[in-house]
Amino acid sequence: MNKNLRIANNKFIDQTTRISFKFDGKTLYGFKGDTLASALLANNIHLVGRSFKYHRPRGIMGCGSEEPNAIVQVGNDASMTEPNSRATEIELYEGLEVSSQNCWPSVNFDVGAVNNFFSPLIPAAFYYKTFMWPTNFWKLYEFFIRKSAGLGKSPTEPDKDIYDHRYLHCEVLVVGGGISGIMAAKTAAKNSLNTVLIDDKNILGGTTLFQENECFKINNSYSNDWLKKEIESLKSLKNLTIKKRTSLAAYHSYNYLLARENLTDHLDLNEKKDKIRQRLWKIRAKKVIIATGAMERPLIFNNNDRPGIILSYSVKKYIDYYGVKCGQKVSLFTNNDTAYETAISLSNSGVSVNSVVDIRDKTNSLIVKQAEKLGIKIHWKSSVVNTNGYKKINSIEIMKLSDDGTAVVEKKIKEKCDCLGISGGWTPRVHLFTQSGGKLKFRDEGNVFLPDKTELDQISIGSCNGDFELDEVIKNSINLTNKFLKVSNNDYENLEIVSSKEIDKKNIWLLPSDKPFGKTKAFLDFQNDSTANDIKLALREGFKSIEHVKRYTTTGMATDQGKLSNMHALGIIAETTGVKIGKLGTTTFRPPYTPLTFGTIVGRNVGEFFDVIRKTPMHDWHIENKAEFENVGQWKRAWYYPINNENMHEAVQRESKAARDSAGILDASTLGKIDIQGSDSSEFLNRVYTNAWSKLDIGKCRYGLMLNEDGMVYDDGVTTRLSENHYLMTTTTGGAANVLSKLEDYLQTEWPELDVYLTSVTDHYGTVSICGPNSKKILSKVIPNLDLSNKEFPHMSFKNALIDNIRCRVMRISFTGEHSYEINIQSSFAKSVWEKCFEAGKEFNITPYGTETMHLLRAEKGFIIAGQDTDGTMTPVDLQMDWIISKKKYDFIGKRSLYRSDTIREDRKQLVGLLTEDPKEILEEGAQIVAEPNKQPIEMLGHVTSSYFSPNLNKSIAIAVVKNGKKLKGQKMFVPMRNKTINVTITDTVFLDKENKRLNA
Amino acid sequence: MFLINCPYCGERDQSEFTAGGEAHIVRPKQPTELSDNQWAEFLFMRKNIKGVQFERWNHTHGCRKWFNMVRDTSNDKIYAVYKMGEKPPIK
Repeated sequence: MNKNLRIANNKFIDQTTRISFKFDGKTLYGFKGDTLASALLANNIHLVGRSFKYHRPRGIMGCGSEEPNAIVQVGNDASMTEPNSRATEIELYEGLEVSSQNCWPSVNFDVGAVNNFFSPLIPAAFYYKTFMWPTNFWKLYEFFIRKSAGLGKSPTEPDKDIYDHRYLHCEVLVVGGGISGIMAAKTAAKNSLNTVLIDDKNILGGTTLFQENECFKINNSYSNDWLKKEIESLKSLKNLTIKKRTSLAAYHSYNYLLARENLTDHLDLNEKKDKIRQRLWKIRAKKVIIATGAMERPLIFNNNDRPGIILSYSVKKYIDYYGVKCGQKVSLFTNNDTAYETAISLSNSGVSVNSVVDIRDKTNSLIVKQAEKLGIKIHWKSSVVNTNGYKKINSIEIMKLSDDGTAVVEKKIKEKCDCLGISGGWTPRVHLFTQSGGKLKFRDEGNVFLPDKTELDQISIGSCNGDFELDEVIKNSINLTNKFLKVSNNDYENLEIVSSKEIDKKNIWLLPSDKPFGKTKAFLDFQNDSTANDIKLALREGFKSIEHVKRYTTTGMATDQGKLSNMHALGIIAETTGVKIGKLGTTTFRPPYTPLTFGTIVGRNVGEFFDVIRKTPMHDWHIENKAEFENVGQWKRAWYYPINNENMHEAVQRESKAARDSAGILDASTLGKIDIQGSDSSEFLNRVYTNAWSKLDIGKCRYGLMLNEDGMVYDDGVTTRLSENHYLMTTTTGGAANVLSKLEDYLQTEWPELDVYLTSVTDHYGTVSICGPNSKKILSKVIPNLDLSNKEFPHMSFKNALIDNIRCRVMRISFTGEHSYEINIQSSFAKSVWEKCFEAGKEFNITPYGTETMHLLRAEKGFIIAGQDTDGTMTPVDLQMDWIISKKKYDFIGKRSLYRSDTIREDRKQLVGLLTEDPKEILEEGAQIVAEPNKQPIEMLGHVTSSYFSPNLNKSIAIAVVKNGKKLKGQKMFVPMRNKTINVTITDTVFLDKENKRLNA
Repeated sequence: MFLINCPYCGERDQSEFTAGGEAHIVRPKQPTELSDNQWAEFLFMRKNIKGVQFERWNHTHGCRKWFNMVRDTSNDKIYAVYKMGEKPPIK
């Protein structure tokens, strides 16, 4: 630490606690309470990064969230490193390690800096213009552009930190803990309103906290001393919650706001472990008071970006708050009064102030007089026309301004300095107001956009509402708050306020230079390296809208979202085009206000909490038996059960053969199950399925097809009539939730007269499906007293039964084409019933099979899977399932659509079977089907929807949709693949047991 | 993220609800008697207004009831919420 750069007595920094940190590998020291920026400045380090495009040396420019230059990479751990952190917001902690960004090999010697010399060749939109041609060169360009794009490095491993989300409800939310926010929060809380005050810093008070100047007094105390007592008084308020280190990220409609609280970022490295790092607060506030203050503007002049050029009020904060001198010989350059506060602070702290360069003709406000009394030299009606010093400013060049301010005149004065404080006035932070949908108005005085109309219950107070003088800030904040909350607070009646008033105002958006404009470099957007020249170039090239100019020049598009640059860009466009700023409007301020970590956004929803995982009651059995799993929606379904290093194909062939030859067992618990009750249940089913349901006997099952109102197949499944007014519907696994929603929708909105009640029972029952020629023998062992004869218990019927005295429902239904039973039993007993069936089936080599074998078996039988063989464009007629459409029913969902001009076309794509000429050749699902493979352009007639090698038929089989397929049976077709064309024949969709002998065996 | 006053449960966060498109489109009682054009009008044609729109909403993660809502789509201001089958309280 450079002793000469710290002043000894300082109220805010604990100079007894030294903290070590690393910057670019070098160990440095700061004090408790420092930010990284203040600690670097105390070590006389200004150069912290290189600019994005020209790689110009850049230093610390501000002291808060608007910092454009001093952005660094924190940490070097592959999982915890974080790019683009603002040095001005990083609180110093023991163990902090940071490095500069966008420079190689080092910030002091950066190879990319050669771009600076080529800068005349890299104007705005250089990339758009240059890499357009020849078009096929893009692949080559892309490699280099990607390499040079972006700032900082992303972590390469998952984030180890813990993040959190919480809800917060309050009557009044005050955003910003400056003087107006504090008064508003106190007023609200004192009036028994449940109030929350948030501020992004670790201490309340805003800029008034270190104002300490006799030109600003409240009730005979310095403004800062008065404010400190106010802050102290907040502690006793019961209704007030104060959240520090909490930055408001987004303000949405209905007063829904998101704020990020930093919980451990400021802690020493060894204290951070196992604690929540950041928390996202989801706030719902009845009323919102925005008191976010204002940001100081830079001035736009030639070479205004050198390290050592710092916003004037930041220079003041570094000296008055952190006790750090930004330089030993400081010059100031301003268009307003606030720079004089800085000059006085510096002077009082023993820093020599060379001069204040003021573009105004002359002004006599209280504060200026005070500066003059201290002997501070002022260059009136002057401008800085150039600065010198490559890695750190060493001198400035000053000239007189012409009367109209468009040129500089007279002799150039050179002034040596090691720091230049600049102030171009103040920009109210209206970001949150506009995020919430509020409309802005432009005020010529001070050239500011201010909150105007809003739909929400909110107000803006203080300098974010355009009040910059202390007395106005106080009086207007009190009045607005009282009116807004319909309350009063006698603490603030009859305050005696002394406040220096700014009398003269003058603004020049782009300051003139003695050099030709084309040869100057006056930066607007420091992070994205766009200059006043770039803006003017864009205007010359015909871009007029601020939104277009912004994108063409990238002004305001860096990680700081142009907090410092937007106003000047508007000003220069307005001046050049002659359109008033108010007419130009602003670009949109989008959330987040400052960048959020992805960790904060996702909170706890990582890893296994990212999405719900649904497991069947038999899940553990599948794991014990080495099943591979498949995700079906949120479900984990057993896919296949490999034995001894079998691959999927081998396992599926074995399982499929076993199921047809003897017995197979499948976990069918994931199928959607809807319990339907009520006196109109039959009528309801009539309306939602295409086939007729009124005559289904109790104890019988029926397959149903459900359409959308547009006539396209939506879902299918078997529904069982349990009793007169009680049905159990099954749906596809993936469609369960949607089917229930759709049915509820019709019941509630179209047919409220029906007496029907729907309940999802998917999770309530586990389903064990056993199939194969020996399934009957196995079931008779499990439920000995159940008559399984075909007469008593035929295909498509159901029985109530008891297994170990537990009630269950047994359906004789089949998705495989085999003689098969499904046992539905309360979930908690499903695993034991599964094990019982497995045990009983051992003598028949019962084989567990997964979803893949299930798909193969049903394809052999030509059964469709809604969602695989259908895609929302298939009608039942297209599926050759005309038989399932009731001719007698007057109406059902989708009926009318089945004879629209398009759905009655005979040459629609229709479901067919496909057999390959070579029975060993397995088609790829999704492969295209053509009739004339050599014709150009080739006509696609359809595609393969399901394809397998059938071990039971010993040949490859496939299901496909083909244009006019119904009439093409027996026709040869072709499936062109990358390196061959496969010959196929169109067939019937049923490949096995057309007579249903196995089903009824 | 707006607040919706469910007619059955009261005020709840928007994340509990699902939007269901334009309201007051009644499914024809006798679809078979409609021409292709008339049926298509019911099936496909929906308004998407910037401004005040009558919409169907479902309290998906609550009571699962459908209801109607009058909302200004440009600023999410909700003018009325009413049960299915009820007449809109405003025009």
